[in-house]
This record gives sequence, structure tokens and C-alpha cells, in this order.
Amino acid sequence: MDALDLARWQFGITTVYHFIFVPLTIGLSPLVALMQTFWVRTGSSTWLRLTKFFGKLLLINFAIGVATGIVQEFQFGMNWSEYSRFVGDVFGAPLAMEALAAFFIESTFLGLWIFGWDRLPKKVHLACIWLVAIATNLSAYFILAANSWMQHPVGTIFNEETGRAEMVDIGAVLTNSTLLSAFPHTIAAAFLTAGTFVAGIAAWWMVRSLRKGDETNARGVYRPALVLGTVVMLISGLGVAISGDSQAKLMYDQQPMKMSSAEALCVGENGAQFSVLTIGDLSSNDCGDTTAIIAIPGLTSFLADGSFDSYVPGVEELQDRSEQLYGEGVDYRPNLFITYWSFRLMIGLGLGSAALAAAVLWFMRKGRVIEKGWFARLGVLAIPTPFLAASFGWIFTEMGRQPWVVAPNPNPNGVDGVWMLTARGVSTSVSGGMVWTSLIVFTLLYGVLAVVWFRLMKRYAVQGVAETEVDPSPEARAAAGAEGDKPLSFAY
Amino acid sequence: MELSDVWFVLIAVLWTGYLVLEGFDFGVGMLLPILGKGDKDRRVMINTIGPVWDGNEVWLLTAGGATFAAFPEWYASMFSGFYLALLAILVALILRVVSFEWRGKIDSVVWRKRIDLALIVGSWLPAVLWGVAFGNLVRGVELDASHTFVGAFVDLLNPFALLGGATTAMIFLTHGAVFIALKTDGDIRHRAAAFAERSAMVTVVVAGAFAVWTQLAYSVAWTWAATLLAAVALVGLVVAARLRREGWAFVASAVAIVAAVVLIFGSLYPDVMPALDPANSLTVDNASSSDYTLTIMTWVAAILTPLVLAYQAWTYWVFRKRLTAEQIPAPAGLTF
Ligand code: HDD
Ligand code: HEM
Ligand code: HEM
Repeated sequence: MDALDLARWQFGITTVYHFIFVPLTIGLSPLVALMQTFWVRTGSSTWLRLTKFFGKLLLINFAIGVATGIVQEFQFGMNWSEYSRFVGDVFGAPLAMEALAAFFIESTFLGLWIFGWDRLPKKVHLACIWLVAIATNLSAYFILAANSWMQHPVGTIFNEETGRAEMVDIGAVLTNSTLLSAFPHTIAAAFLTAGTFVAGIAAWWMVRSLRKGDETNARGVYRPALVLGTVVMLISGLGVAISGDSQAKLMYDQQPMKMSSAEALCVGENGAQFSVLTIGDLSSNDCGDTTAIIAIPGLTSFLADGSFDSYVPGVEELQDRSEQLYGEGVDYRPNLFITYWSFRLMIGLGLGSAALAAAVLWFMRKGRVIEKGWFARLGVLAIPTPFLAASFGWIFTEMGRQPWVVAPNPNPNGVDGVWMLTARGVSTSVSGGMVWTSLIVFTLLYGVLAVVWFRLMKRYAVQGVAETEVDPSPEARAAAGAEGDKPLSFAY
Repeated sequence: MELSDVWFVLIAVLWTGYLVLEGFDFGVGMLLPILGKGDKDRRVMINTIGPVWDGNEVWLLTAGGATFAAFPEWYASMFSGFYLALLAILVALILRVVSFEWRGKIDSVVWRKRIDLALIVGSWLPAVLWGVAFGNLVRGVELDASHTFVGAFVDLLNPFALLGGATTAMIFLTHGAVFIALKTDGDIRHRAAAFAERSAMVTVVVAGAFAVWTQLAYSVAWTWAATLLAAVALVGLVVAARLRREGWAFVASAVAIVAAVVLIFGSLYPDVMPALDPANSLTVDNASSSDYTLTIMTWVAAILTPLVLAYQAWTYWVFRKRLTAEQIPAPAGLTF
């Protein structure tokens, strides 16, 4: 492998890894904020106990998101310096805004939330976790603005003199059509992830409590959490489908090659089908090799532009078109095996968990609880599915864009002349040996962190919701006549 | 003044924020094996920075993002050029972050031993390496005509840069000790103060040598002001530490860091990354973004930075009370 392949592997590994944890943070921080709001409004200790329980899991997860995010901030310069030189003018801006507008709020108010339980008035303390929740979502917005620009460059011109892309319209970059549809999609995916996480753990605990004969907690604590989780799953499941559909329409417009690769469609068709299963050797990137065995007629066309019989161009035709536009000698087709399967896995795994949520809500209608062992197992099994779906979604998005790192823009409304092949973006001064070093170091370190993260999450989930939590707020302590400094109950 | 000059100053401000704030975080981590006799002591120390370390670290992320936006060429050349050093820093920062958050989660002696090791290494390593990196930046590195780093890694380990590393390590160590003395009470406060007194004297010598070397070899006349300010601050630090005036000592070590950043950036200007062959240097002009981007970013920074300063200051105010070992509850972690 040369430095380019290594740099790509490294980027893929560190970024996919970062994005395993952040969807949970993005979705769970508002859910914890919601739980705490229920507590502050109703005074019911159930919600305080749930807030504390899921809050701890949030913090364990948060740490790893922050730790791996630091690498993200610098690795464009480390491994992709030519890319950075070319796009810094426009790509750096949302990154800097993310730090200034989102990361500062997130990190500062999280510190206040962790340590402020018994220092801040109840409502101020509640505001802290809401600020964290808003800021994590805001950070997704800015980073997606950067990413969407790579998918669909807008608000930019190519400056011949400097040889760089230069920003001319920040408004266009921050309201990129690609962004306006990727943001709701990613956020919905994050809520689906967090909803499934809450529901899965609560389902397992509901069954377990019932079996221990503990009806009070099963009905009074875990059932409400399960309902909250499943409702969130259902709504966000709908959200991913709607926003995903709009993304597909934009993709047809902006990156037709990616759309056709999603179906591994070699030759253009009217009313292109959506195959659920294809056999043969997709990885050869060669068209004659595959046969679809289960397929839904017209669905790919429908995803592409809303009509079941419209024309979807084939990959080969698009290759010819790209050669005319951008020069010969480059394979403009992404890896079809990856695009085909990652697209299906995203949709299947994600929507599977949303369908599950509908079934669970039905089973639990009118205050029912479930005591069946399979239900607990299902809950646990469901937890990883949206995580996987989101990773596959990203793998599809990013691999489907290849060989471009900044995709050219066939849309007549877009900008001309701003594009870059991934192979051009890599650092020229960094040797294969150096990238090997960092690839190995990060992979090992991340591997260890993943094991520790998993054990901690599991340990704290299995511990369950505490039997009692005392209201720690200064108001409650004053009412109880407490004086002086009490131990720092939430200290490290 | 051109916008690119404004941004040069703003980047210096962001680094100042980072080094002053995370400087004492590093110091606290570095002092863990020195001042943290038992677990209670260590927890007192860690809790002094508990609510703030993440906010402090974001100053670095902002400096990184702002460099990317305002000086893409600088971002590209510096981080690909200092590749292995940056890799080591990133690994250290990762270890630190997870250690803070995860240390108390498991109540076991072995667990704490491992986490403390990660915290100590994760604090010492960047404290030294940032100094080495800045030393090399000031000294100049080998860049070719396309501003790409063509030097070797070992070139970065020259005496001047290593002295830079010793300087940041000593300053942060002292800064951290002073901070602990300021934020705690009881036995740990006295030990921290006593340590600060001794380490302040070493810091004066090491940092003084680095400042004078920088000034004489690489700088311009006006930065003598910064060098002198650093000298005054360092001497003030020794005096304040002796007199156990913790607040003043903290101000002095902070001012010393500010003066050091002014000296470093002052000696760089108008370069952002000087090359050994001056023709290839990256300058404020040839490394910067377009005026449009700089204008937008100036507005963003002008609006948001004061806000950030305000709520971060508020955090320090909320947690202004000194901590004592008595306030630290029994470990609340679970066991595996
Ligand atoms: C739980 C996660 C999840 C689920 C259930 C879905 N997606 Fe998705 N999808 C993502 C998680 C995701 C993602 C990880 O968040 C991506 C990667 C980039 C992005 O914007 O969102 C993504 C990207 C992505 C893209 C690529 C956009 C581009 O490259 O420009 C398309 C076309 C879709 N999705 C379409 C769908 C459709 C039609 C779905 C269901 C009907 C669907 N997704 C369900
Ligand atoms: C929103 C912020 C993101 C930005 C700015 C971004 C940027 C990039 C860049 C510059 C590359 C080029 C390097 C390369 O081709 O290897 C890339 C590739 C890649 N990215 Fe992203 N990315 C983002 C999010 C993600 C996420 C969240 C994931 C996965 C969860 C992801 C997965 C990948 C993968 C797998 C590649 C490798 C593609 C290949 O090289 O074939 N990206 N991305
Ligand atoms: C490749 C581009 C990316 C970069 C440069 C990046 C950068 C970072 C950094 C520096 C942090 C640490 C912040 C802190 O110290 O508090 C972080 C955390 C975070 N990132 Fe990323 N990130 C990238 C991709 C993404 C994507 C695609 C998303 C979501 C759509 C995302 C969402 C978050 C969130 C919500 C956090 C804070 C919560 C947490 O740390 O778990 N990031 N990121």
C-alpha cells in the first residue's frame, strides 16, 4: 500500500470510529435533558433517577467522542495537506465556527452540569444540560456544512492565480441544499440511535425487574423509559426515511454516479428497480457479473426523482460522460460492492429498528408490561443496529463520492471548476512509514478504548437505576436546613 | 493593518488562551505523582480542574480550526511537517481525556494505577512537545518552494527546540502547582505552595535562557518588551511563591506564559512558518485565506469570543471555593 491508500484507511478508520460514539451523544444529551426537565417540572424522583442513570452513560460515551474528535480536527493537515491547501478558505470556516460556536458551549456547560448539581439553582442547572444538547446538535450542523460542501461545492470560485478554491458566499455554504437535507437525516439517525439505546436498556430491565418480582420499578421506572425510547425511535425512523428520500433526490441531481452505484446499475434504465439481494461478484466492478434475485420494480427511479419510471443512467454511461468532462485515464466509478451493500445495510438495519419500535408500542398498549425473556434479548440486540446503520450510511456517502474528495458539480446551479481527486489531496511530505506508524498507533489505541468503553457502558447499564436519589439542588438543601460544605457528590 | 495581520494576532490570542488555561491542567496532571500522595490527594487535585479542563482544551481546537480557516497553508505545512510530534501529542491528549472521565467510574486500585499512569504521561508529553514544536517554529524549518516540509524528524530535536520543551514543561509544572495551592486547602495546599516555590526558581533559569536565546537569535527589537515582561513575571512568581501569595503567583505565571507567546509570535512575524531558506517562508501574506473568508471569520470571532470568555469566566466563579480532602466522598465507582 502506498501513502495514499494508507491515508485513506486511516481517515476511514478514525472517522468511522468517531462517528460510532457521536450519534449517541447527539441523541442522548437531549433525551437526558428531557428526563431532567420532567423531574424539575413534576418533582417525581423516577425522572431524577433516570436522569442520573442515563446521564452517567452519556458521560462515559462523551469522553470517547471528545477524545477521538481531537484527532479529526488535525488530521486534515497531517494526512491531507494538499487538500487543506486547496479548500482551507471555504472548508476551514465551518470547522472554526464549530469550535467557537458549539464545542466551547458543549464542553463548558457539560462541566457545569457534572459538577453543578449542588451548586447551581435547579433551573440554571437544567439550562446547562439543554445548552449541551443544543450545542452537540449545532456542532453536527457545522461539520455537516463542511462535509456537504465536499459533496456539492457551492458559494465558491476557483481562483486560477492561487490555484485554490475561494469562498465568495458563506450564506450559500451554510444553506447548501445538500446540508439542509443531510442535517435532518443525520440528526434523525442520532435520535434513532439514542432512542434505541434507551429503549433497549429499559426493555431488558423491565423484564428483569418483573422476574425479580419488582413490579414497582418495572412499571414505575423502566416502562416510562421504554415508552420514551420507542416513541423517539418511531418518530426519528420516520424522519430518516423522509430526509433520506430527499437526499436521494439531491444525489440524483448532484452526484448521479453515486445514485447509480447505490443500485450497482450498469446500464441506464427507465423505471430502475431496487434490488434487495444481488448475487455474483459486485466487487469486480464489472457489470456482466451480477444478477438481482429479489427486486422492487421502479423503486430506484422513485428514490431518484419521485417517479417510478424515470430514467436512471448506468455507471458505464456516467464513466464515459465523466471522461469527456474531467479527462481520461481515471476510473470514475466508486467501489460498487461497497456502495451497493452499505446503502442496503443502512436502510435495512435502521428501519428495522424503527419497525421494531412500532411493534413494541403495540405490545405495551394500555399500560401493559412484558415479562418474556425474548423481549429482553431483543431489546439488547436492537441497541447496536442504528449504530451500524449510521456507519454504513457514512461509508456509503464517502465511498460513493470516490474518486473525488471534492465532487464536481454537474448541477447547472452549482459552481464550476471546483473539484479535487482524492489522490491529489494527500500530503506529499508524509512518507508511507509515517502513515503506517500513525495508522497502527491509532488503531491499537482506539481498539483498547473501544474495549474499555464497552465494559464501562455494560457495567453501568447492568447496575440499573439507583433505588433512591436525593434531590441535590441548593434549594432542597436549604429547605432541609443543611449548612456548610457538603461532600462533592458528583466529583471525579 | 491588513486582515491577515489581524488574524495573526487572533491566532496568537487563541494559543495564549490555550497555553494559559490548559497549562495549569497539564501541570496538575504532571504533579499527580509528585504531590498526590494518596488517592484522596489525587482526587482533590483532579477535581480542581474537573469542571474546566474540557473547556480549556477547546482553545486548542479553536486555534487549529482558525488556523485552517485563516491560514490554510500554515495549517497544512505545520501539521504535515510536525507529523510524528503531533501524533504523540494527539495520543497523549486522548489518554488524558478518557482518564479524567473514566477514572472514578471503577473503584479498584489496579484501575486507578493504570489511569493515573495515562494521566501522567498524557500531561508530561504534550507539555514538553508543545515547547519543542514552538521552538522549531521560531527557529525555522526546511520548507521547499511549494512550502512543503522536507526536513527530517530528527532535525526537530535540536538544542534550541529541546530547551523550548524544557521551558514549557517547567512553566506548566509551576503554573499547575500554583493553581493547586490557589484552589485547595489543608495539607495539599501547603505542599503545592512549597513545591511551587522551588520549581519557580528552576523555571526562572530555564525559561529565562530560552527567552534570551530566542530574543538574541531570532527576534526583533520590540519583543525585548515581551522578554522583559517575562523576566519580571518570573521573578514576581518566585517572590509571590515565597510569600505564599497564591493569587499573585498565579497571575505571575499566567503573565509569564502570555509574554512567552508574545515573544514567540513577535519573533515569527511577518512569517507564520519561517523556512531555513527565507525565500520559501510562509508569511502572513502568502499563507492566508481570501479577504472574504477573513472578513467573515473576523465577525464570527468578534461576536463569539467575548461570549465564550464570559461564560468560561462564570464557570470559574461558580467553582471558586477551595477544595479539601474532607470534601471528597468515598469512591463511588463500581467494580468490574
Ligand atoms: C440510523 C441511521 C440511518 C437510517 C435508518 C437511514 N440513514 Fe441514510 N444515512 C445515514 C443514516 C441513516 C447517515 C449516517 O447519517 C448518512 C451519511 C451522510 C448523511 O448525511 O447521513 C446517510 C446518508 C444517506 C444518503 C447519502 C447522501 C449523500 O451521499 O449525498 C442517502 C441517499 C440516504 N442516506 C438515504 C436513506 C434512505 C432512503 C433511508 C430510509 C428509507 C435511510 N437513508 C435510512
Ligand atoms: C462531516 C464530516 C466529514 C468530513 C469533513 C469528511 C471528510 C472526508 C475526507 C476529506 C475524506 C477523504 C479522504 C479519503 O478519501 O479517504 C473522507 C473519506 C472518508 N470518510 Fe469522510 N468525512 C466526514 C464524515 C465522515 C463520517 C462521519 C464517516 C463515517 C462514519 C466518514 C467515512 C469516511 C470514509 C470511510 C472515507 C474513506 C473513503 C475512501 O477513501 O474510499 N466520513 N471523508
Ligand atoms: C471529519 C470531521 C470531524 C471533525 C474535524 C470533528 C471534530 C471534533 C472535535 C474536535 C470534537 C471534540 C470536541 C470537544 O472537545 O468537546 C468532536 C466531538 C464531537 N463531534 Fe466531531 N468531528 C468530525 C466529524 C463529526 C460528525 C460527522 C459529527 C456529527 C454529525 C460530529 C459530531 C460531534 C459531536 C456531537 C461531538 C461532541 C460530542 C462528543 O464528543 O461525543 N463530528 N468532533
